[in-house]
Amino acid sequence: MCSDPSSLHGLSWFLCYLTTGKHLNFYASFGTVLLLLAVTAPVALALGFGGAMLARSRIAPLAWIGKAYIAVVRGVPDIAFFLFFVIALDQAFEYLRHRIKCPDWNQPVYQGNDFIVCDAAKLPLSTSPQWMHEVYGFFLAVITFSIVFGAFAANVIFGAMRAVPRAQIETAEAYGMTHRQAFWRVLVPQMWVYALPGLSNLWMVLIKATPLLFLLGVEDIVYWARDLGGSKTPQFTSFPHGDWRMWYFLFLLVFYLAFTRVSEIVLDRLMRRLTHGQAMSGNAALRDSSTAEVRT
Amino acid sequence: MSCWDTVQAYALRSLGIGEKLLPTADITLCQQVTLIGSGLIWNIYFGILALAAGFFLATGVALARTSRNPLIRKLADWFVFVFRGSPLFIQFFFGYFLFLSLKGQFPTLGILTNAWLGALVVLFLNTAAYSAEIFYGALRAIPRGDLEAADAYGFTGFSKFRRITWPTMLRLAWPAYTNEALFLFQATTLVFFSAFPALQQKGDALYYANYFADKTFNPFVPYPILAGYYIGLTLVVIGLFSLASRRLNRHLPSVPGRRKAKFQLVR
Repeated sequence: MCSDPSSLHGLSWFLCYLTTGKHLNFYASFGTVLLLLAVTAPVALALGFGGAMLARSRIAPLAWIGKAYIAVVRGVPDIAFFLFFVIALDQAFEYLRHRIKCPDWNQPVYQGNDFIVCDAAKLPLSTSPQWMHEVYGFFLAVITFSIVFGAFAANVIFGAMRAVPRAQIETAEAYGMTHRQAFWRVLVPQMWVYALPGLSNLWMVLIKATPLLFLLGVEDIVYWARDLGGSKTPQFTSFPHGDWRMWYFLFLLVFYLAFTRVSEIVLDRLMRRLTHGQAMSGNAALRDSSTAEVRT
Repeated sequence: MSCWDTVQAYALRSLGIGEKLLPTADITLCQQVTLIGSGLIWNIYFGILALAAGFFLATGVALARTSRNPLIRKLADWFVFVFRGSPLFIQFFFGYFLFLSLKGQFPTLGILTNAWLGALVVLFLNTAAYSAEIFYGALRAIPRGDLEAADAYGFTGFSKFRRITWPTMLRLAWPAYTNEALFLFQATTLVFFSAFPALQQKGDALYYANYFADKTFNPFVPYPILAGYYIGLTLVVIGLFSLASRRLNRHLPSVPGRRKAKFQLVR
């Protein structure tokens, strides 16, 4: 029925319009967003845990590294980090491969306004198919997101570790536990409840950062909304329309509102269950962490 | 071309004053530092105006959320929900295309499609919503005894708000509001990366940093310069806010404002 759109009117025109190949790509790109969230969240959490452990290390230089990681990422606009890491990581990988694969290359990699590595070191190889380029782009985006959000998570977890009552650790040590044992058996299990408000806040921020994938060159929902919404003339498409970008972005706005709202309700329930019957000034912790938010 | 010549040519380039063409070949460190600093003017412009205007709207919205009229309360709740629940990046896109279609119907509103006004409006509404949430939390945290004491001394209506409620609200909200200001300044870097066009390459700090990274293929120079500028900006903002904090807390025995500000630095 969709083969001759010019004869369609009203609802059936719309149904056909919304199921064109490009629209299916648009819907699939929501999957890209979800995949990014699914991969980034655990990796960032792990990085955050590592960062917090570094920051509270008793060896001063390690503590400095941890604290610098937290402070620098938080003090500089995160889009600057996104734009930086995408190029920097790409160049770092290519440079490493360049050193391994072309050891007898004697020119510098930075020549004037160019970054030059040998052909065998290019990532992805210039002969590789289009999907390899897309996967590689997505992979870089995931690492970038993880590094940035790892620092935010490190900040939250660092705070949560300090929120665990000191007496708990002292008791553990009084019972003869070593420092390491007290950390893993007493501090870490108790820390999560304190970290949860900050981490749920971070999850919201992460959701709201996903449209930045567009800046990293991934064909995400913003890319498709711009592409599909632009006005189309009858020469190029069988579904001509005016400039609908406003409506497409309104749709994205509603999508994100629904997504953050549902997350908020679920996380609230989780928090209530975890702190059930627990005597902690959870409200204060919650307020402190939920009011300050990075904006993307 | 000496570095001083470069500064003269490019220091106000982001406003369209000085050299027309951006450097394309043989880019020097001096050019990068100057142009990225020039772009910072836009970040400061957006940040200060949005924050100053947003402050008043935020106070209004926070009060509206405590209103007894359910219609006003719902309206304020929705305002905060819409702007806090969606990405600023999408808000910029939607705002720009909304202004663009408004322009089609009312040509006088075409001015909104320029970044200096259109993006400012979006940032203003956005920061107002976030600040309203902070102020609302502070309003609810005001000790009941303070308000009862005000009643006992015969404060009513606006004078009670002006002399008791509002200063206490600000005092309680200030640490979080300082963070809000810092994050707003960071958020201004999004403007020229969303739909708003940088006419004649008049852009902000990140716009120029990105320009140099694209031109030189070396991200390790422009982005650290940008980071340096931002760390400086952050320190200035923290300094100004802690001055205000000291004034808000001047009647209290200790000086918590100072300690708070230091704490923010390490965060």
